[in-house]
Amino acid sequence: MSVLVIAEHDNASLRGATFNTVTAAGQCSGDVHVLVAGHDAMQAARQAALIQGVAKVLHADAPGFEHGLAETLAAQILALARNYSHILFPATAWGKNIAPRVAAKLDVAQISDIIKVRSPDTFERPIYAGNAIVTVQSGDAIKVITVRTTGFDPAAASVSTAPIETVTAVADSGISSFVGSEIAKNDRPELTAAKIIVSGGRGMGSSGQFDAVLTPLADKLGAALGASRAAVDAGYAPNDWQVGQTGKIVAPQLYVACGISGAIQHLAGMKDSKVIVAINKDAEAPIFGVADYGLEADLFVAVPELVKAL
Amino acid sequence: MKALVCVKRVVDYNVKVRVKSDGSGVDIAHLKMSMNPFDEIAVEEAVRLREKGSVTEVIAVSCGVAQCQETLRTALAIGADRAILVETSEELQPLAVAKLLKALFDKERPGLVILGKQAIDDDCNQTGQMLAALADLPQATFASKVEIVDGKARVTREVDGGLETLSLNLPVVITTDLRLNEPRYVTLPNIMKAKKKPLAVLKPADLGVDVTPRIKTLETRDPPKRGAGIKVPDVATLVAKLKNEAKVI
Repeated sequence: MSVLVIAEHDNASLRGATFNTVTAAGQCSGDVHVLVAGHDAMQAARQAALIQGVAKVLHADAPGFEHGLAETLAAQILALARNYSHILFPATAWGKNIAPRVAAKLDVAQISDIIKVRSPDTFERPIYAGNAIVTVQSGDAIKVITVRTTGFDPAAASVSTAPIETVTAVADSGISSFVGSEIAKNDRPELTAAKIIVSGGRGMGSSGQFDAVLTPLADKLGAALGASRAAVDAGYAPNDWQVGQTGKIVAPQLYVACGISGAIQHLAGMKDSKVIVAINKDAEAPIFGVADYGLEADLFVAVPELVKAL
Repeated sequence: MKALVCVKRVVDYNVKVRVKSDGSGVDIAHLKMSMNPFDEIAVEEAVRLREKGSVTEVIAVSCGVAQCQETLRTALAIGADRAILVETSEELQPLAVAKLLKALFDKERPGLVILGKQAIDDDCNQTGQMLAALADLPQATFASKVEIVDGKARVTREVDGGLETLSLNLPVVITTDLRLNEPRYVTLPNIMKAKKKPLAVLKPADLGVDVTPRIKTLETRDPPKRGAGIKVPDVATLVAKLKNEAKVI
């Protein structure tokens, strides 16, 4: 049986997490097919056809898919689901929204946030904010899975292109509709795809200082900006910057934690980073326990100094 | 319009769990248990909607062991009007909970079901979406603002990169994100009042639901440990290490 990957995209191009999900799919079984359900999304479908390991792209196009509403997208996936042994979504806000809807309709359990494929029915996933890793086995005929992107490398581009098959789009559910969105526009890399992340915690003191101190460092490093839950709760940073158990899970090449104490919930979101730097004036802060390089200093002095030294 | 709000009893947010040495699971005996933080936000939101007049009655539901009654009493102390416990000692996975909630949804016919987006023990993030699917309802997950206007729910959601707003038919399933509200402190008089509020106990069989787990846990182990790093004395050393040793900048 084949594996179906549900592509996350903005109708023009695929989101990074889709590539990691294809890698996980390749380890499950059989051929990997990718569903691109969107509105005027041919460009995204063509991009999916050029991912290494993809045997076929299914392209469903309708205005109802434009904003990725869970009710309509889940119906589209269900129309195809019976042909597959596995259905994989990226474990992003988008994927997490839709996957359980598909699983419940198929009357199968969902396996969330897998970090490893042990065999076609056995997977590893973290629980308790990553404080334990469980190996779980599913007895269901169709495995509905969300893939933690930090557990799998992104699939590379292929030289040959896979066929794109048009599938009939389902009707709009009519029970929900998109009103509007406020998506912050900036030139920074996406948090979950960034090679370097500069992250601030409660120690930043205010939203003004968060911006004044960390933005120059992020600019210098070409980094994405992140935050701890404490900083988000205090209103220093927007919620979608939140790194941790209930926010984003990241694993960049370099993670610079400034004024972050290192609660287990935060560590859960960044401890797979290749190199961790912690700047904190509290020598006892737990963040130093996971940092490769710890600098015990006042961040308001050290960070500007770091910007100058780079 | 009734609101159904679902609460889970979990190991307290501030407690670090330990993996049992034989790999058979996580040792949660004798640990402090609390209401899942996202569910507390759900209860608060339902109570606020009642205070605003959008909702007439708030029913708190929990599924699990007998001690979940304590969690329900907390929900009643926050302001829920009555509570239902679906009691079982069986391990409950999200699909089973969603089926139990679907059965209660059919019984109570609420206009609104509010749940936390994720429980901080199994970190599944499934139950709300599954309930919405089983009951054929629209869903608004990761909510940061909820309004009931002209017979519809208008919900602002936390999505990657920012916020989006949806308009949804009622009944609707909503799951909460952090910024939706800040739950009130429970006062002693309200704890006393909560003891007198009705709490019904049912069994999964009363609702005709098979809760047998579908996923088998083969092994539980500690996550890989990170090697201890070093402390650097100053910024210059840090930059030198990052350039020459780690080679990440």
